[in-house]
Amino acid sequence: MISTSAVVWAEGAPTLQELMPAEGVFSLIWLLIALPLLGAVVLLLGGRRTNRWGPYLAVLTVTASAVLGILMVIGLMGRGAEERSIGQSLFTWVFAGQFEADMAFQLDQLSMVFVLLITIVGALIHVYSLGYMAEDPNRRKFFGYLNLFVAAMLILVLANNYLLLYVGWEGVGLASYLLIGFWQHKPTAAAAAKKAFIINRVGDVGLSIAIMVIFVTFGSVTFDDVFGQASEVNEGTLTAIGLLLLLAAAGKSAQFPLQAWLLDAMEGPTPVSALIHAATMVTAGVYLIARSNAIYDRAVWAATAVVVVGLITIFMGAIIGSAKDDIKKSLAGSTMSQIGYMIMAAGLGPIGYVFAIFHLLTHGVFKAGLFLGAGSVMHGMHDNVNMRRYGALRAAMGVTFVTFMAGYLAIIGIPPFSGFWSKDEIIHAAFERSPIIGSLAILAAGITGFYMTRMVAMTFFGKARWEDDVHPHESPKVMTIPLIILAIGSTFLGMALLFWGNIETWLEPVVGFSTAESPLSTTAVIAISLAFVIVGSVIGWISYARREVPIVAPRGSWLTRAARADLYGDAVNEGVIVRPSFWLSRVLIWFDARVIDGIVNGSAALVGGSSGRMRRYQSGFARSYALSMVGGAVIVLLALVLVRLS
Amino acid sequence: MNPSNVVILSAILFSIGAIGVLVRRNAIIVFMCVELMLNAANLAFVAFARMNGNLDGQVVAFFVMVVAAAEVVVGLAIIVTIFRTRRSASIDEPNLLKY
Repeated sequence: MISTSAVVWAEGAPTLQELMPAEGVFSLIWLLIALPLLGAVVLLLGGRRTNRWGPYLAVLTVTASAVLGILMVIGLMGRGAEERSIGQSLFTWVFAGQFEADMAFQLDQLSMVFVLLITIVGALIHVYSLGYMAEDPNRRKFFGYLNLFVAAMLILVLANNYLLLYVGWEGVGLASYLLIGFWQHKPTAAAAAKKAFIINRVGDVGLSIAIMVIFVTFGSVTFDDVFGQASEVNEGTLTAIGLLLLLAAAGKSAQFPLQAWLLDAMEGPTPVSALIHAATMVTAGVYLIARSNAIYDRAVWAATAVVVVGLITIFMGAIIGSAKDDIKKSLAGSTMSQIGYMIMAAGLGPIGYVFAIFHLLTHGVFKAGLFLGAGSVMHGMHDNVNMRRYGALRAAMGVTFVTFMAGYLAIIGIPPFSGFWSKDEIIHAAFERSPIIGSLAILAAGITGFYMTRMVAMTFFGKARWEDDVHPHESPKVMTIPLIILAIGSTFLGMALLFWGNIETWLEPVVGFSTAESPLSTTAVIAISLAFVIVGSVIGWISYARREVPIVAPRGSWLTRAARADLYGDAVNEGVIVRPSFWLSRVLIWFDARVIDGIVNGSAALVGGSSGRMRRYQSGFARSYALSMVGGAVIVLLALVLVRLS
Repeated sequence: MNPSNVVILSAILFSIGAIGVLVRRNAIIVFMCVELMLNAANLAFVAFARMNGNLDGQVVAFFVMVVAAAEVVVGLAIIVTIFRTRRSASIDEPNLLKY
């Protein structure tokens, strides 16, 4: 056992932190989850009575959670680095034989930043939704689902064991399903919801098998036990667990090969796309990998697979984002691509985890801002999502334009906007691991510049290509204020986290941190990536702002057509999974109908037929019965005599 | 008297009764042959009781008589009823109760 046990291949892996008892404000960790859960219960069970005040209650619960989260982060900052991991156990939840799982939470530096992201961005999006969904007859249900989502997401990040994490994991999947299909009267929305749910199921199976393997290997599912014993387990088992967790992460975070659902998920209302399919839920995969760093640090192949999946998705997302005319789908492609960056960074080991989480936080803020901006544009354009019918909106929607620009500059990585700091750190970490990974990351940054410039140019610049009865107008204050706050975050959050919050030292005790020799200096990386971004942006500007944008999309190159078809993700799923499943089920149906039913029906027919023939002996002649009785008696007698004689 | 002779007699009587049941058509005769078989069996019981020197067989013989008496009552009633409806006591004619 010792000889085969896994060794850490990556330097800078963290040592396990001891959990502190939950005292003071930290005794209220459960309340973080309970508040939005209560909101969801009241709104969803309260029925029409809560229609009038329900949405405000939902906003209130999430805001209260956000305030609580802020109090907790202040409390954590006041403590020493080794005392920032706090455990709270409510009760034993599952107890069966040797298996035990508690309803227990763990608030440490990693969970804390997630709690802040979820509750603060969540609260802003709740407020925005008050305006965006004002006209919707079912808005009480919408807010109930949103609260349910926030509660499930908080369970996911606060759980102290894999089983409770799985509860949150499934909970956010459910909320995502309900909210994508919120406008269920649209068949496309209902289908998109089902698609998201089913593809997520594939990843969830990976997670559930991973939990089983973890329990069999470690005899426990709590993070402390698993990570504490990870060094005593052989590398093969850890690789298996790592790959299964990667499958789970790929499903939830829309990474290759389970990426197909995210683009269709844009059928949901825009605040949902902002909260669930950009800022929080889709980043749960990154959280899972960063949380399980003790496993990946000892399973080099699993970590390599993470990098490869991330890199593939960066490019898939960027290419799809460059070709879509639907503003939300273009943003969804961009989300895939940005999460690809995070997954890739998480696969780099301790040199990357910190920056994966850093980029996750900045991306959560600026992408939420971009989505809400897109929602504001749609609000003013009669819910039209086709960017070919936008154009020249910067005058009509001043606030939306300015806030969108903040998000735009952040995502393409222009200093000093927040995305610059996080993406630059990821690219730098990638160079520390391998120049190939780093170069690919820089190339993708250039494509990011192209598709985001294309989006901004088509939406806010150029000539107006509006439909006839559209009169664009600025959205109400309840929508623009969240936009402004998110824009401020998009601008300053990167600097704040890096220089004032010291994100590396903050997260180091949980995920570890190290640096390695890089073939390129920091300045060179910044210069090259900025050059790529500017080239990409200039190409985008020339193609979509200087030239006339046709209202009907031109046929485009083969790559454009492929990207419009989501790089044939659906066709691949159809060909690789759906068709073979149909064939297999046909074969099984044939086997069932012919062989199984043949055996059953055949034996029934045999019994029936032979008894029909046997029936003929019931002739009605009493004397023939008597003869058979005598014959039988004689045979019995003869048998007795024979047995006696022998 | 040798009891085994009695057993042989009972076997002969039983065979006569069995053949009578098989070959005769008149229900009354068949019935009498059945009684003959029952009494042959009684005879065998009594003979074996004598051979073994205990009373079990004799007790059974009494039981058989009781059962036979009851059977005669029921059987004759059936035969009389059949005769009334069909004007015949042939055992082959009432053959409707079949497949």
